[in-house]
Amino acid sequence: MTITAAEDRLLFKGADWDFDTLARIYDGVAEVGVGEMGLDIYRPRIEVITTEQMLDAYASTGMPLFYRHWSFGKQFVRNETLYRKGWQGLAYEIVINSNPCVVYLLEENTATMQTLVLAHAAFGHNHFFKNNYVFKQWTDADGILDYLAFAKNFIAACEDKYGAAEVERVLDAAHALQNQGIHRYPGKRQMDLRSEEKRERERREHGERLFNDLWRTVPELAKKAKRRSDRDRRRALLGLPEENILYFLEKTSPRLKPWQREILRIVRLIAQYFYPQRQTKMMNEGCATYVHYQIMQRLLDEGRITEGSFLEFLHSHTSVVMQPDFDERRYHGLNPYALGFTMMKDIERICSDPTEEDRHWFPEIAGNGNPMETLKDIWANYRDESFVSQFLSPQVIRKMGLFLVVDDHREKDLNVGAIHNERGYSRVRRALARHYDVSRHDPDIQIVDVDLEGDRRLELRHHVVDGVTLEEDDAERVLQHLANLWGYEVHLVETNDQGDLATKHHAEPIHPFV
Amino acid sequence: MHIIDRRRDASGKSLGNRQRFIRRARALVRHAVREASKGRKITDAGRGGEITVPADGVHEPSLRRSHKGGIREYLLPGNKTYSEGDSIERPPSGGGKGRAAGDGSGEDEFRFALSDEEFIDLFLEDLELPDLAKRQVMGEEKTQPRRAGYRSSGPPAMISVPRTMRNSLARRLALKRPKPQEVKDLEARLKELEERGDVSDLDEIQEIKAQLVRHAKRSRDIPFIDPVDVRYRRFEQDPKPVAQAVMFCLMDVSGSMDEHLKDLAKRFYSLLYLFLSRRYRYVEVVFIRHTHEAKEVDEDTFFNSRETGGTVVSTALEEMVRVVSDRFPPANWNIYAAQASDGDNLPIDNEKTVALLKSSVLPLCQYYAYIEVGREPEERRRGIEPPSTLWRAYDLILSPQIPMAMRKVRDRRDIYPVFRELFERKSNAASVGV
Repeated sequence: MTITAAEDRLLFKGADWDFDTLARIYDGVAEVGVGEMGLDIYRPRIEVITTEQMLDAYASTGMPLFYRHWSFGKQFVRNETLYRKGWQGLAYEIVINSNPCVVYLLEENTATMQTLVLAHAAFGHNHFFKNNYVFKQWTDADGILDYLAFAKNFIAACEDKYGAAEVERVLDAAHALQNQGIHRYPGKRQMDLRSEEKRERERREHGERLFNDLWRTVPELAKKAKRRSDRDRRRALLGLPEENILYFLEKTSPRLKPWQREILRIVRLIAQYFYPQRQTKMMNEGCATYVHYQIMQRLLDEGRITEGSFLEFLHSHTSVVMQPDFDERRYHGLNPYALGFTMMKDIERICSDPTEEDRHWFPEIAGNGNPMETLKDIWANYRDESFVSQFLSPQVIRKMGLFLVVDDHREKDLNVGAIHNERGYSRVRRALARHYDVSRHDPDIQIVDVDLEGDRRLELRHHVVDGVTLEEDDAERVLQHLANLWGYEVHLVETNDQGDLATKHHAEPIHPFV
Repeated sequence: MHIIDRRRDASGKSLGNRQRFIRRARALVRHAVREASKGRKITDAGRGGEITVPADGVHEPSLRRSHKGGIREYLLPGNKTYSEGDSIERPPSGGGKGRAAGDGSGEDEFRFALSDEEFIDLFLEDLELPDLAKRQVMGEEKTQPRRAGYRSSGPPAMISVPRTMRNSLARRLALKRPKPQEVKDLEARLKELEERGDVSDLDEIQEIKAQLVRHAKRSRDIPFIDPVDVRYRRFEQDPKPVAQAVMFCLMDVSGSMDEHLKDLAKRFYSLLYLFLSRRYRYVEVVFIRHTHEAKEVDEDTFFNSRETGGTVVSTALEEMVRVVSDRFPPANWNIYAAQASDGDNLPIDNEKTVALLKSSVLPLCQYYAYIEVGREPEERRRGIEPPSTLWRAYDLILSPQIPMAMRKVRDRRDIYPVFRELFERKSNAASVGV
């Protein structure tokens, strides 16, 4: 009797699964994830797909539908070859930041893997997407699938109307600039009439309150010549300097047709949609890995999966969170899963069982006894860069043996800047935070001036940091695309803080879009 | 929560992107296809296959920070022996320390597989093959069954069930065979009346019983399916061209035929094979090489081994006639022959060759093509060279009525135009002959 009762609790037996099993697994995972951990998720839509469909999904950055372009074909061909040759495995799942949250499961996964993947994607990532502030600020999970459908149809319609080659040229040019098509700061909201009126009234009231006729008797100073130069006025009119080049082109390029502007807008908005993912890669994976680990652990404790399943899970879990050392051949940079998971586990430890050191470094959270709520707060309010600079503990630095190497091209050798010791913790932490700062990876390029009445030359400036200039060949090619979109000459100057002229690039339109 | 099974959905969602990619990389892919087809067997010329394209041609540029110069900081895991302030020798560039190597800038080249269709398209595009569907290649008559209505006798396997059942239904309606439902209704009514046991119903009970007996008899007398209903599908034999062809590759392999000349010949054979395999379902290829004696060999030996000896063309023709009579009865096979040579022949053999060609070979063949392969133009600038012995000999027998043509090929570029000319001439000849 007891045996059957225990077996009844099991979510599944063996490796095989069917759709009823999947629903049962989902319910079991939800009991822990939502019921016990209190995760807040979008309603998931679980789709079982084949390997070939997984390759298809890879090619369109995981999205279920996407407009057509040869670069996705290139991606597809590359992945397909790697996969067929056995050089690259496929992901077990893909999850999309949308509402409902689409989760793709590979049909070849065993029941244990499906449990793991559901916990990881449908709960971990899903919670992160729904609650993290960068996603809230920049993405519209409700609208993205509809927007992609619109984009796909619009571009297909353009291909019919203007020819595939013409559309491809616009897309090529837009893709080359898509990293420069992102708003990094929430812009000023355009005021509606009501609030404008309110502001006007408040200003007047303020003026009336402060009105004092005596001021009239004070002799007036000669008015400062407040006339702005032409250049300043022009720049203010065009909203310059502007770092979102695609946005600028869409709004002000003199020669583009409406449909071409719309394509620029599509590429820009989709790049913007993916921007939060770049900023939170490590946290997102850390959160999902932590969640699946907790859930699997609970399922084992409650006897809902067998120990055999748990061992199978541990096998894939450990290979996912493995961080090779820098001197190993398989080292390919910091593994976001490894660092994320280690940091999440570390925060859990700090909350429930802190050392003296932790109390010193993290007075706000050390020993608060509520790791889950602390983590949820962190998942909601940080991105990789701020997360590292707040929560990378000395313990993690020691455990991973993190050290900083400074490479100054003027010197013969590399220099070890800091290691995992008392002197080094802060510096390592700061350097790692910078490593995750997306805006430091992307070059800082801005449109600084354009003379719309003169020769309409577009002036760009690359603010060189640490003496790292642009990749020469690529810059020339992108500038050519830019010149074609703009329709007139384009200048790019690379200067550093001292204002030294580093490099000058120049491009003239060859095939302007007309 | 929804679970959706997408596995049945049409796959190939990326097909459009893939085609766009191939179109984009057309020039590169074409080049790769040309390279790939060099190393192939003739019969594999039209198969799909893996090709390699340099990644540079399909590069997607972006504005990104250079990998060289400047001051960089790398954060690495797994420190073992380093302390702050240590110097590390700069690793050789390229290998890169840390991320510099691993962030995806290294796209060398990539390989991918083309389907048969894609490969042929590109291969033929490379040679600018126009639409050949207009040109006719004569085919042998053969029959093929064609549906032609129904008949009332035939083998059981040919029974047409729908037609038989239609006839049966018409007959049953016409002869008023009782329907099972009618019988059932009567039986039900009868039962109902009997259960009620009312005396006034006795008449009706009698009536129903009688009717049931009549129905049973009628059902027996009128069968559900009568032999007159049965219909069989009828086929007629239509004449159809023979779907098989044999292609003879004859080549001079004496010392004067070097790799370049053989490559030209091979390209021509490949084209001919492709052309034939689109017209005929089965194409056999026979390789005959000759010096002063001829021999049937396999493809590998044909192209790659070298022989020494004089050049006697007639031996190859004799060998071909022998193979035809052994294995390819002209009644069943479309025979094509392509001869490649640098034009040398033993002068006293010319007469025999011409006679043999006229009397035995040409009557067997649908078409006989002779290609004279020559050296690169640079090497033969010294004036106009006289036609070769073989050329002069063949020139004598050429006439519009004869399914034979000859061309000179000097360069790889000439192969396709020559091929086309040869086949244009063929269709003209046919129309003249008719």
